[in-house]
Amino acid sequence: MSTQVDLVDYDEAIARFDPVIGIEVHVELGTRTKMFDGAPVSFGAEPNTEVTPVSLGLPGALPAVNGTAVEYAVRIGLALGCSIAESCRFARKNYFYPDVPKNFQTSQYDEPIAYEGFLDVELEDGTVFRVEIERAHMEEDAGKNTHVGGATGRIHGAEYSLVDYNRAGIPLVEIVTKPIVGAGERAPEVARAYVQTLRDIFRALEVSEARMERGNVRADVNVSLRATPDSPLGTRTETKNVNSFRSIERAVRYEVSRQAAVLDAGASVVQETRHWHEDTGITTSGRVKSDAEDYRYFPEPDLVPIVPDRAWVEGIRAALPELPAARRRRLQGEWGYADAEMRDVVNAGAVELIEATVAAGASPAAARKWWMGELARTAKQQDVELAELPITPAQIGALQGLVDSGRINDKLARQVLEGVLAGEGDPESVVVARGLEVVSDDGPLLAAIDEALAAQPDVADKIRSGNLGPVGAIIGAVMKATRGQADAGRVRELVLERVQG
Amino acid sequence: MSDLTCLTAAALAESLAAGEVSSVEATQAHLDRIGAVDHAVHAFLHVSTDEALATARDVDERRARGEQLHALAGVPIAVKDVVVTRGLPTTAGSRILEGWVPPYDATLVEKIKAAGLPILGKTNMDEFAMGSSTEHSAYGNTHNPWDLDRIPGGSGGGSAAAVGAYEAPLAIGTDTGGSIRQPAAVTGTVGVKPTYGSVSRYGLIALASSLDQAGPVTRTVLDSALLHELIGGHDPRDSTSIAEPLPALVAAARRGATAGLSGVRVGVITELQGEGYQPGVLARFEESLELLRGAGAEIVEVSCPHFTYALAAYYLILPAEASSNLAKFDGMRFGLRVVPEDNPTAERVMAATRGQGFGDEVKRRVILGTYALSAGYYDAYYGSAQKVRTLIQRDFDAAFAQADVLVSPTAPTTAFKLGEKLDDPLAMYLNDVATIPANLAGVPGLSLPAGLSDDGLPVGFQVLAPAKADDRLYRVGAALEAMLENTWGGPLLAQAPELETR
Repeated sequence: MSTQVDLVDYDEAIARFDPVIGIEVHVELGTRTKMFDGAPVSFGAEPNTEVTPVSLGLPGALPAVNGTAVEYAVRIGLALGCSIAESCRFARKNYFYPDVPKNFQTSQYDEPIAYEGFLDVELEDGTVFRVEIERAHMEEDAGKNTHVGGATGRIHGAEYSLVDYNRAGIPLVEIVTKPIVGAGERAPEVARAYVQTLRDIFRALEVSEARMERGNVRADVNVSLRATPDSPLGTRTETKNVNSFRSIERAVRYEVSRQAAVLDAGASVVQETRHWHEDTGITTSGRVKSDAEDYRYFPEPDLVPIVPDRAWVEGIRAALPELPAARRRRLQGEWGYADAEMRDVVNAGAVELIEATVAAGASPAAARKWWMGELARTAKQQDVELAELPITPAQIGALQGLVDSGRINDKLARQVLEGVLAGEGDPESVVVARGLEVVSDDGPLLAAIDEALAAQPDVADKIRSGNLGPVGAIIGAVMKATRGQADAGRVRELVLERVQG
Repeated sequence: MSDLTCLTAAALAESLAAGEVSSVEATQAHLDRIGAVDHAVHAFLHVSTDEALATARDVDERRARGEQLHALAGVPIAVKDVVVTRGLPTTAGSRILEGWVPPYDATLVEKIKAAGLPILGKTNMDEFAMGSSTEHSAYGNTHNPWDLDRIPGGSGGGSAAAVGAYEAPLAIGTDTGGSIRQPAAVTGTVGVKPTYGSVSRYGLIALASSLDQAGPVTRTVLDSALLHELIGGHDPRDSTSIAEPLPALVAAARRGATAGLSGVRVGVITELQGEGYQPGVLARFEESLELLRGAGAEIVEVSCPHFTYALAAYYLILPAEASSNLAKFDGMRFGLRVVPEDNPTAERVMAATRGQGFGDEVKRRVILGTYALSAGYYDAYYGSAQKVRTLIQRDFDAAFAQADVLVSPTAPTTAFKLGEKLDDPLAMYLNDVATIPANLAGVPGLSLPAGLSDDGLPVGFQVLAPAKADDRLYRVGAALEAMLENTWGGPLLAQAPELETR
């Protein structure tokens, strides 16, 4: 397998081809038990401990549908503006693979529970792009193979493989877009924003923890190129299991560049599954999709059709929580941020952080100042997400409270922040431990002022003669003497009293 | 043969309740009978002596303490080997499950255990219930107690033979196209396929999910009703299970045996008689009709024109579902694993395991079903078969508008000789021509002995009822049984030849 592939520069590729993408997102539902049996679902359990005869596919075992999973699927469907089927069925997708206990996956095929919806996706510059949803259907997850021996952890060269069936049977909802056309050069960004928006919706709906790094949300990205937007669709590739937002964007870019090179060379794009390599940032060929792949779908005879009661569906619709986009609009209004400010906040992933900080007592402006200023810089330096910084919105709220009450000033506040980030405890503890409180007793301040005036007699004379310009020099000296812990405004008052009074 | 093994389950239950006999004695008597005759009959694949006696002792102790027990508590039972039993080997008659001991009980086994019926063992069957003679078992033939050179029917030949040979008073069977009723017919026993969804399928090793149904195999209609009431009822673990209580089956059987059939309309299905049916089978059928008429029933002729296509549709739907249901037997998680010496990848292990573990009939049907579900053929085969199924259901609806029950011979012939049809699958499939329509429509059916054909072998009489009206089977069946036994001067099985014991 060669990984040496010619690529066309992305901008050049886009100049000559129109990309069409399609995205299939799988989300693991956060139900207590599996899709078709009572086996518990949790993260990180010992292998093959969260299984029953059903999830192991033992002879005689039968599936029974998890009602909560159906409810979650309906929530997702409604949130995406889909129609909810009057009646829908499960089907069997037959294929032999050791991580599929029954050697068929129970999935919805021709009768999904939700269909024909859309999702408005906001791009970084505020542009809203509408993605049409074809369907959202329910299915069960497969187990997990671990290939032991060999260098790469892949099946090739492995001595043997182990299968963990804990994941087998975990409920999934798969959301399939219609072909996404018209994104042009922004196709990679649209792909990323779409999955990110979906992730936020899953969380808002409380149907999944939706943690990408745990594989709760997995995306398969289809990419094809055509000469112009009027040309018929080109042959697509499907890049499987792209599991971070950044990778989704990169994978689309890569496929556009790669396919452009293939087409430029006069060759045809092969319809195939491709693997994404996070480390090298490339895709490689997987299995070729052909007519030979016949899943022999047929309606699952062990399960009766699901007929969602209309009143029940309407009840779920009425109880849907506020979705992220609407929430952002509401918060922007409440906080009084300008469009560009709000966009920056959203792009920095700071909406929840600021909301919590405001709830902890800070003004929206102060909250934004902290998270988008000092903390954003720190996060960038450390190459981590804002939310990953070792500081909580409550602590920022407390910190701002100290400033607002005059116990510390802005300069001291930055030192307190530094202390909190260094793990020295809450702002209050840092203030006490580092002795950073503003000196509010006039006694020490007057002593320092007298000292400063004595040290700079010429400056003192100018001030006495009514020239207030050099007051700053005295204040600076006092601040220095008090290691910044003086309230500069008070010092100015005292200096003027001293000299003029 | 002791008196205890000759008793019906109902009579034995009464003796147990009255304290005239203990469950240990009754269970031991049946274990002794198995020891004495099963070398010749080979009804059992596994005899669970210790477990059965332990259950019997427990029931006896509970009875001695005055506990309230189930009516059948202490009455031993045999279970077809397609039903999973915790701690007891379960093979479904296949090499591919040789040595597998399930870690869980089927729902119906849970009910049997909770009611305190000692499980004598697991009975022989055609591999994965595919067959009409039990000759497709990987573990040897079962022999018909009436003539050891003949087949006991299938797929549940083991359960029918065990009951017919007095090795068990009760047995569990499963019926996908006649596997309870046809063996009952050819062994002179009673077998009932309940309404689809009436008895939980959880823990039945699936052949064809939309057709399979477990039911009782007994020597009397009343015994079937008692067992059906025990194993039936809603089970949330089987989503095709009916969420309604069973009709009163035992009461219907008791009433039928005494109250006559005045006002009951009995429909004779035109398409299930005549050509292909042995003269002796038809003669016994006609005599039974006369008895029913004599008891006050109104006999009407009904036509079910689409039954002609039932066999063809069945042999598309069954293999299609079976090909998928049997995919799990791959050597990965349980049962046989065959590891090829050369390059033993998972795929090659699966292929080798299935190649060695499955018999020819299973392979034949898996190949048929795989083909029928293939892209491009689905509509022509599986899709068309499902349409036929709908038409057959409509035939039943129309027929039940004219009649309360429908009747036919259970099987076109009496028991044939072992080996006679083994090389002719189509001839074998034709045995189920009269039983298959009920499975396609999900309606219940009962077979009871109607006498002996000219060859001296038992003939079965089939009663069919609308879905969820299983009580009608028992009412009509018990009435006919009482009249027939009256003519014979006792049960038909009393005329069976004595088996050589050792």
